[in-house]
Amino acid sequence: MQNASATRNDVRPRRPLRAWFDVRRRHMGSWAFAINRLTGLGLAAYLFLHLAVLSTLLQGEAGWDRFLQLARSPFFLLLDVVLIFGILFHGLNGIRVALVGMGVGARQHRALFWVLMAIGFVLLAYSAWKVFTI
Amino acid sequence: MAEVERTFRVFRYKQGQAAPSYQTFKVKAGPRTTVLEALQEIRRTQDRTLILRHSCHHASCGTCGMRVNGQEVLSCVTNVQELGAETVLVEPINNIPLVADLVVDMGGFYERYVDAHMPYIRQSEFEPDADLPEGIAQYTRYENCLECGLCVSACPVMGSTSDYLGPAALAAAWRVVAEPRGQDAGRAAEAALEWVDNENGCWRCHVAYECTEVCPSDVDPGGSIMALRRKLTGRKFRRLLRLER
Repeated sequence: MQNASATRNDVRPRRPLRAWFDVRRRHMGSWAFAINRLTGLGLAAYLFLHLAVLSTLLQGEAGWDRFLQLARSPFFLLLDVVLIFGILFHGLNGIRVALVGMGVGARQHRALFWVLMAIGFVLLAYSAWKVFTI
Repeated sequence: MAEVERTFRVFRYKQGQAAPSYQTFKVKAGPRTTVLEALQEIRRTQDRTLILRHSCHHASCGTCGMRVNGQEVLSCVTNVQELGAETVLVEPINNIPLVADLVVDMGGFYERYVDAHMPYIRQSEFEPDADLPEGIAQYTRYENCLECGLCVSACPVMGSTSDYLGPAALAAAWRVVAEPRGQDAGRAAEAALEWVDNENGCWRCHVAYECTEVCPSDVDPGGSIMALRRKLTGRKFRRLLRLER
């Protein structure tokens, strides 16, 4: 076949980000895969942000108090809820991936996903209520 | 359902062109018109340079696999009107080298089986002693897999690396393990497990199960990959506990 393999790189290069995140017309597993990646990247970014926030302690009590004032704003509290969503989704879906990935419950992987997501939803609702009421 | 007119937006590319493009055609589709028939109609009446693969017209050969409105399907059994869209976007399957228009080069896909000495047609267990017609060496047992490549196209991991063995080849490996056939079955099963037990084998899968969702032949490649992992995980634990050598 003339130049068939050469065309792969020329006109149809692999697009990993598109393959991972373009979930149009895809099914539950692909949505879970894509959200798992997004939350994973988000949590990794949060780790650095967290360290940066902790470094304000170096500025003494005044610096930390300024941060606490910011942390109590409604927008920041909403970000806390987004963070909790990321932790819950990544953690609970991670349990499904680890179990199914070892061949445990592979046939029930859809049911496992929805049960874990139901648990996650309850935990998220409770956490959001706590975040905004404490 | 009456005949309706649909707009077909078809992926076009010919060797030597700098980039692919999309071409639009208007096609009349009856209640039973399939995407493949519509494309053949385009070839017959509007553009004879449109290149596509097909053979059986009844979901047996797997040659007419393509992406229709973003989803991997066999075009011969995909009804145009049932798509429920005014515009039908038709593209070649992903993650396999493009030849032209809707045709991809399946050579590398098939080589995955040959490289591993994986039989995708095996000696029949049903007629081992039958009289054979002249010209064939043995009756063969057809596997469910059509070798259409839809699973490879839909897999998000295949979209980021060509090193991954991919769902079709891994499903074939699991068949060798799960359904041992022939005199050398034990050794073939061992070889298959060894072949898939690495970072580009069954452990590369990220459990999206899109391969199983798009498979037109109920092969369940995702389930097969997990079955390979279960087998290998059990073996690793037994070896760790020195229950198996």
